[in-house]
Amino acid sequence: MLEITDLHARAAGKPILKGIDLVVRPGEVHAIMGPNGSGKSTLANALAGRPDVEVTAGDMRLVGTSLIGLAPEERAHLGLFLAFQYPVEIPGVSNMEFLKAAVDSHNKALERDELSAASFVALVREAASRLHLAPEFLRRGVNAGFSGGEKKRNEILQMLLLEPRLAVLDETDSGLDIDALRTVASGVNAFASEANAVLLITHYQRLLDHITPDFVHVLLDGRIARTGDKSLAHALEADGYARLAESGT
Amino acid sequence: MAEGNDTLQERLSSEYSAGFVTDIESETLPPGLDEDTVRHISAKKEEPRWMTDWRLQAYRRWRTMHPPRWAHVQFPPIDFQAISYFSAPKGDRPKSLEEVDPEILSTYEKLGIPLHEQEALAGVERPRVAVDAVFDSVSVATTFRETLREAGVVFCSIADAVREYPELVRKYLGSVVPRADNFYAALNSAVFSDGSFVYIPKHTRCPMELSTYFRINAQNTGQFERTLIIADEGAYVSYLEGCTAPMRDENQLHAAVVELVALDDAEIKYSTVQNWFPGDAEGRGGIYNFVTKRGACLGARSKISWTQVETGSAITWKYPSVVLRGDGSTGEFYSVALTNNRQQADTGTKMLHIGRNTKSTIISKGISAGQSQNSYRGRVRMNPAATGARNYTQCDSLLIGDRCGAHTFPFIESRIPSAIVEHEATTSKVNEDQLFLCQQRGIDPEKAISMIVNGFCKEVFRQLPMEFAVEAGKLLEVSLEGAVG
Repeated sequence: MLEITDLHARAAGKPILKGIDLVVRPGEVHAIMGPNGSGKSTLANALAGRPDVEVTAGDMRLVGTSLIGLAPEERAHLGLFLAFQYPVEIPGVSNMEFLKAAVDSHNKALERDELSAASFVALVREAASRLHLAPEFLRRGVNAGFSGGEKKRNEILQMLLLEPRLAVLDETDSGLDIDALRTVASGVNAFASEANAVLLITHYQRLLDHITPDFVHVLLDGRIARTGDKSLAHALEADGYARLAESGT
Repeated sequence: MAEGNDTLQERLSSEYSAGFVTDIESETLPPGLDEDTVRHISAKKEEPRWMTDWRLQAYRRWRTMHPPRWAHVQFPPIDFQAISYFSAPKGDRPKSLEEVDPEILSTYEKLGIPLHEQEALAGVERPRVAVDAVFDSVSVATTFRETLREAGVVFCSIADAVREYPELVRKYLGSVVPRADNFYAALNSAVFSDGSFVYIPKHTRCPMELSTYFRINAQNTGQFERTLIIADEGAYVSYLEGCTAPMRDENQLHAAVVELVALDDAEIKYSTVQNWFPGDAEGRGGIYNFVTKRGACLGARSKISWTQVETGSAITWKYPSVVLRGDGSTGEFYSVALTNNRQQADTGTKMLHIGRNTKSTIISKGISAGQSQNSYRGRVRMNPAATGARNYTQCDSLLIGDRCGAHTFPFIESRIPSAIVEHEATTSKVNEDQLFLCQQRGIDPEKAISMIVNGFCKEVFRQLPMEFAVEAGKLLEVSLEGAVG
């Protein structure tokens, strides 16, 4: 599904990623953990093609296609989805209108038929209710005046509608109370299947109580320092990143 | 993020689709302006003596006046002797649509303006719109005149009105915008060529939308249209004007005057979609759009509402205003002004509260891209007698890229303590994060920008008649092409 080889990248002119190797197969859930500044978000942004992240070496391939040089929307059409850590507001553009534009763009790029307005609305309503989002939420401006929890649930709503091959969730758990965390986690669990894969980027272990990863990777100073299973996350929770850094790689 | 802005920029440059020239024979006065020019225009239009004198008085006042300097726009001085003040397609004025030069009909067709009554009638779904088509200095056709006449509504060119409805014209022409109101209004009063005249009789709701479509075609010619709309007691009318011009290297002057009069309980809704040629990306050519628009709410409980979508012109200088004289009258101003490349706009409104319990609302949305300059200028005045008067002003600016400018010049004069004046202003940028969010969701940057900008303008577009709201959205999209960075 995703193959990252020796990825080097700079953000705001500074080298951040210093040789990432990662393979994610269909049906897998991977967690990327690490302290602040270790390069977690840069990795997510490099994958999605954010303009201020510059890939200097290495490659990223999604279903066999290199992402290097592709526009962000082309990566999206290939099946890459990024749930943002800080979703931005777009005042005056209703959530429904935004979702329609997003889904339409995918259908067009993949040469699928456009959904009728009625079936689209039904689809969105159904997904929104699963995430406990009230219908009037769909009429409001994109993220405008949303609470932190609503913004994150809105990201998951977009993921459910776009059905990506690879979903990258950047600190989706940050700023969520326990109920919102459960709602978001059940959304991700409902999404995850043998046909897709999930990359969870998180600082804390608590999200992993609700979404069980197949692999946990620890990112330190732009490299994957350790890889293990779920128990690695627990060890980190107990000992902290500093200990891991001391023990060397 | 300079690199990002360049991309934004590239996406804002686009082709001006109305920029073609119609090849017809015109009769054009040689450049220059003196009393003979004024007399000549008046004679061309077979005007009565009082009209000629009215023009001459305006001309004499104009000669003593100076162009306004206070606007936040820059341009070299205009040589008023280098402009031609009259240009009309050759031949007699057509008596019916069948007589209109096919070249002219196809011009309007290309611009998407329906001049065929039958066609419009056949489309059951489409609301009917009566059109007055003004080509350079003359009105070439007015549709649905008969249908409207049955309802008692007068809709014709101002030139016809001077001859056919002299009492109404004499009573109201210059009553809202006096001849010497300002430099450009005085010039217009002296040389105005054509424009529309509307009279809605008492207690009549105009049965269809009225619209005038202004087209400048001839080179080196100014267009000086004059519009007068009178809504008698209890009458209602919705009116729309559209404007385009060919792409030319030199600047052309468009100095219009629009006067609206609303008597007791009358309502006038005036919408403008202005898409004059804006000049090229380097700022060559384009229309100087120096326009005076004012409405008088003379009657009690009357209402005048201006909605404008301004995307064209090299320079826009215009302040559609309302004089709230009648007790309980209402004035509204909804504006979207978009500037790109080297365009300059200094636009806004004046709300003069004279009567008691008068209300006004101002919603202004300015969008600047490229190296353009976009200013909102507004004046809200509460006279001492205007007890219970209220105003609400909201002024939002959206910047695309970092080489453009947005400015706000609000003036509030309240001479009465009981008046309530509220003013809100915001400035925001289309930022890289919004663009990236859209792109990550698969939406291409061009569509994303247009969605963001349309969202920003939503409050104003809601005020436009439905079919024009769709037009306005599309126009914005075209004007923004290549603005993304």
